[in-house]
Amino acid sequence: MNAKLICLLIWLPLASIAQGFAGLGDSAEGFSIPTPNPTFSFPADAGAHPDYKIEWWYITANLQDEQGSDYGLQWTLFRSALASRDGDGWSAPQLWMGHAAVTTPSAHFVTERLGRGGIGQAGVTADPFNAWIDEWTFSDDQLTAYGPDFGFNMRFGDLGPTIFHGENGYSVKSETGQASYYYSKPFMDISGTLALPEGDIAVTGQAWFDREWSSQPLGNDQTGWDWFSLSFDDGTKLMGFQLRGNSTYTSATWIDPDGTTTALDNGAFQARPLDTAQVAGRSVPTTWRVTLPAKSVDVTAQAINDNAWMATSVPYWEGPIRIRGSHTGRGYLEMTGY
Amino acid sequence: MTWVTFSALFGHWRRNPLQLFTLLTGLALATALWSGVQAINAEARASYDAAAATLGEGQFDRLKRRDGQPISEETYVKLRRNGWLVSPVIEGRLDGVRIVGIDPLTAPGRLAPTAMTGASSFADFIAGRIIAAPDVTLAGAILDPSVAPGTAIADIGTVQRLLDRRDEIDTLIVAPIQPQGQKSLRDFAPDLTRQVAQSGSDIWRLTDSFHLNLTAFGLLSFAVGIFIVHGAIGLAFEQRRGTVRTLRALGVPLRLVVILMGAELLGLAVVAGAIGVGLGYVIAGALLPDVAATLRGLYGAEIAGTLQLRPIWGLTGMGISVGGTVVAAGGALLKLSRMPLLAGAQPRALAVVAGRGRKIQAIIAAGLLLIAGMLAVVGGGVVTGFALLGALLLGAALSLPLILSVILSAASGRAKGVISGWFWADTRLQIPGLSLALMALLLAMAANIGVSTMVSSFRLTFVGFLDQRLTSELYVTTENATQAAAFATFAQTRADAVLPILTTQVSIASVPTELYGNKDHATFRNNWKFLSAASDPWDLVQKEGAILINEQLSRRAKLLIGDTVQVGNAAFSIAGIYGDYGNPVGQAIIAREAFQSLFPTIKAVRFGLRLPPENVEKFVSDLEQNIGVPAADTINQAAIKAFSLGVFDRTFTVTTALNVLTLGVAGFAILMSLLTLTAMRVPQLAPAWAMGLTRRNLGALELLRTVMLALFTAVIALPLGLALAWVLLAVVNVAAFGWRLPMYLFPADYARLGGFAILAAVIAAIWPALRLARTPPSDLLKVFSNER
Repeated sequence: MNAKLICLLIWLPLASIAQGFAGLGDSAEGFSIPTPNPTFSFPADAGAHPDYKIEWWYITANLQDEQGSDYGLQWTLFRSALASRDGDGWSAPQLWMGHAAVTTPSAHFVTERLGRGGIGQAGVTADPFNAWIDEWTFSDDQLTAYGPDFGFNMRFGDLGPTIFHGENGYSVKSETGQASYYYSKPFMDISGTLALPEGDIAVTGQAWFDREWSSQPLGNDQTGWDWFSLSFDDGTKLMGFQLRGNSTYTSATWIDPDGTTTALDNGAFQARPLDTAQVAGRSVPTTWRVTLPAKSVDVTAQAINDNAWMATSVPYWEGPIRIRGSHTGRGYLEMTGY
Repeated sequence: MTWVTFSALFGHWRRNPLQLFTLLTGLALATALWSGVQAINAEARASYDAAAATLGEGQFDRLKRRDGQPISEETYVKLRRNGWLVSPVIEGRLDGVRIVGIDPLTAPGRLAPTAMTGASSFADFIAGRIIAAPDVTLAGAILDPSVAPGTAIADIGTVQRLLDRRDEIDTLIVAPIQPQGQKSLRDFAPDLTRQVAQSGSDIWRLTDSFHLNLTAFGLLSFAVGIFIVHGAIGLAFEQRRGTVRTLRALGVPLRLVVILMGAELLGLAVVAGAIGVGLGYVIAGALLPDVAATLRGLYGAEIAGTLQLRPIWGLTGMGISVGGTVVAAGGALLKLSRMPLLAGAQPRALAVVAGRGRKIQAIIAAGLLLIAGMLAVVGGGVVTGFALLGALLLGAALSLPLILSVILSAASGRAKGVISGWFWADTRLQIPGLSLALMALLLAMAANIGVSTMVSSFRLTFVGFLDQRLTSELYVTTENATQAAAFATFAQTRADAVLPILTTQVSIASVPTELYGNKDHATFRNNWKFLSAASDPWDLVQKEGAILINEQLSRRAKLLIGDTVQVGNAAFSIAGIYGDYGNPVGQAIIAREAFQSLFPTIKAVRFGLRLPPENVEKFVSDLEQNIGVPAADTINQAAIKAFSLGVFDRTFTVTTALNVLTLGVAGFAILMSLLTLTAMRVPQLAPAWAMGLTRRNLGALELLRTVMLALFTAVIALPLGLALAWVLLAVVNVAAFGWRLPMYLFPADYARLGGFAILAAVIAAIWPALRLARTPPSDLLKVFSNER
């Protein structure tokens, strides 16, 4: 889920905002670099890897209330390292950023938190698993976040299988070989309460948890990406992304209901904008045609709410989508660099 | 034709260089004082903006420990993890520079970006980079003009390390927007208290008053200058009536004449304005360090000690110069445009103008004084106070010629002998010509008396107040309750008395208040003075559970002796109200025992000590060796007093400088008026000379006349100045600061000032008198030969 590279962006713009998303291609001096054929070790790898430059714990969920209305939820904790070490106190070079959002068909709520590592304000422990920033928490059974005008308090049920993208979790991002470690739990049952201005709303649905870390995940010419997580009604799932640069680089993972995965190389997955919407003064493609001939997928993905703009330190678009065509279902779309 | 006409008109200035000089100098001086004051104000405002931007001063609520001790990092994280969006700040001094540590990630508003954009990157900042204001010299710091003057900013971790205060936070800034579901502070951090950001914080309110004072000074000086300009222009126009008549008789259209004379004045105004702005910059540059020191000492507001050239006040300076000229010349141009083609070419004797004009002036003066009286009764805010000042000063200035006329008529009625009869009558005749200069002198003297009375009263009150409040010879701050206990034992035997300072933040009648718990000791009984009190207030406090409050709290919450106030869950009756000058917030005192039962967890960490002054030094060094309290944590009473008085002396420097300048301008006005009058008066003096008065006599009488008029003006200025002082102390001060200062009188100062004013008048009159005494007899004779 390389689309979650935003983490780095929060720090880069402070030094050189003009570089924009292209700045993600900066060098990874002093940091560890992902290598092929990784062996993951749990629960340790659920925790932080301070010797890598960027890392995230990323939850998106498609939810419904009792009347069947669609809602989307996002909870993300990013870690960004200024140096490849951990530490105690203010001198620790680890910085944390939290994003939370709730999308309804008519509204989009978003909030952001920033914090320093080393003092306990934000961090991740692997066993028992707990990721937090300020009062927001994400553990094996709970997910909470609060903003000025919304909040949510969710519980997890069955967590489902863990699946690995690319080659056993080694996910390549460009033709020149940049890569990240990337695994997901796309089948987590979730239910709870959304606290919205109109009142509390009980919701239930399925969450998709992404874990990714790396040090230099983009090619120098790559300026943005479009990332899709599609949950089809027949129980299969598809994660696919394209990185926009001089040429477009795509990658995808097909996930069977039992968690069996098929990695799909550059070019197999295709996404093409069908329609754009004016969001936050920009033209953003919120309706897409997504095809994966290898699995006979030819669907239209349309935003449930066009205005799912994440007005955070580095802004991007992220929101729930409806899927129609050869397959039906729901999913999440993230777009950066527009 | 245009050019010829113009050179004919402009020729007047060539023939009368003195008039040109008067006009240009008057305008330039007026502009200089005005734009100098504006420059100081603009500089100060820019400094406040920088302070607000870098430190969020006054913008955000803050959390502090009730006992004044540092907040731990653990508490900070606990707050964040309970949904409190707060950001840590630590502050201290490093090599004499104020250094502020912030966390750029959590700092609200513009705080963080200001510290990091431009020169320094975020990573460098976290790694230890220091960003400082341009006026700061600190090794390795990057300079950034958006940082508050005299301040350096660094990451909180960096500052903790530099100040050797690991794990310590001084205050937590509360972000204006907080998330839902936040827990109450009382439930998990009961030792913290929230200080609400005051809309237009105290610093703003206090400094605003100071700047308003400066602005009033500037405006006053400008008014004095405009009086001069008006006089010079009026004279020039009168004298050019002949030229204008001739030009028009030769066929030059009136329109062209008016336009040309207007353009000429405009050109002169621009030249004078440019000179004035330049002079203003010099004045501001000279005064700014003192103003900066005053503001820092009085209100803790940091402003830069050096001046930056800001186009805005240069432009306003030019604008006010041109505007002032238009105001001063408008009447003259209008009169010119209405002049019949062949009207009498002779300059009309200025005295003749009297009649109707004088009546109108009397009505306006009476109206203004009436308004002033009404405003004084109504009272109100700072602005009302200044409106009152304006009406009072202008009304008094306008009524000056009338009063002088009355005095002179009375004197001439009693005159015996021909010469004295002629002298009084002739003096009366000169009033219209001199009135503008005399008004300028009146205003300058009144401002002098008023401002110096205010500042001196302030100083006297404040010194008395310091003697009352800083009775202990030494003040000691310990690090924590353990050290405090050790210190108390240590000091018990070595000092005459140990007075623990128990204090916390409370709210009394909804006013944020510092509450103190005082030990029963003769120090307080003997030294405290009350503005109003029940009998034996200290007995009531110690035995009956009464409370003492400061004047600010009394005025803000409208509390009087005998009223009952609630502190926590206890009720206290007010036994006394005391003056508390220089303190922006409310303050109250209860008995130590009552304090301890209300706030059992708060222990005293600061102490006042009574001991013979000669033992202070040894005590401090013993203290450092035995208890480990560094000398830096002790405050010598003598040092505090010296510092406070130093602040006032700086204030004096600024006011004295402005006083001298205004008096100088007034003296200049007298000189110029007399010089122009001298030339015109030859025809009036010639008959007196012809009848036997020597030229020497005439000169001596001229000098005497000026001294006498200055003396009369000085006498009239005294009550006006005292009225001004009263308005400043009893109206403006109460509105701006919340306390009223007692007014003291300084007769010796006033006498000296009167002496200076007369001296200025004498110096101004000597040259014209000498010129008169040396008028060639032929000139005097010509008066009779030239049938005008």
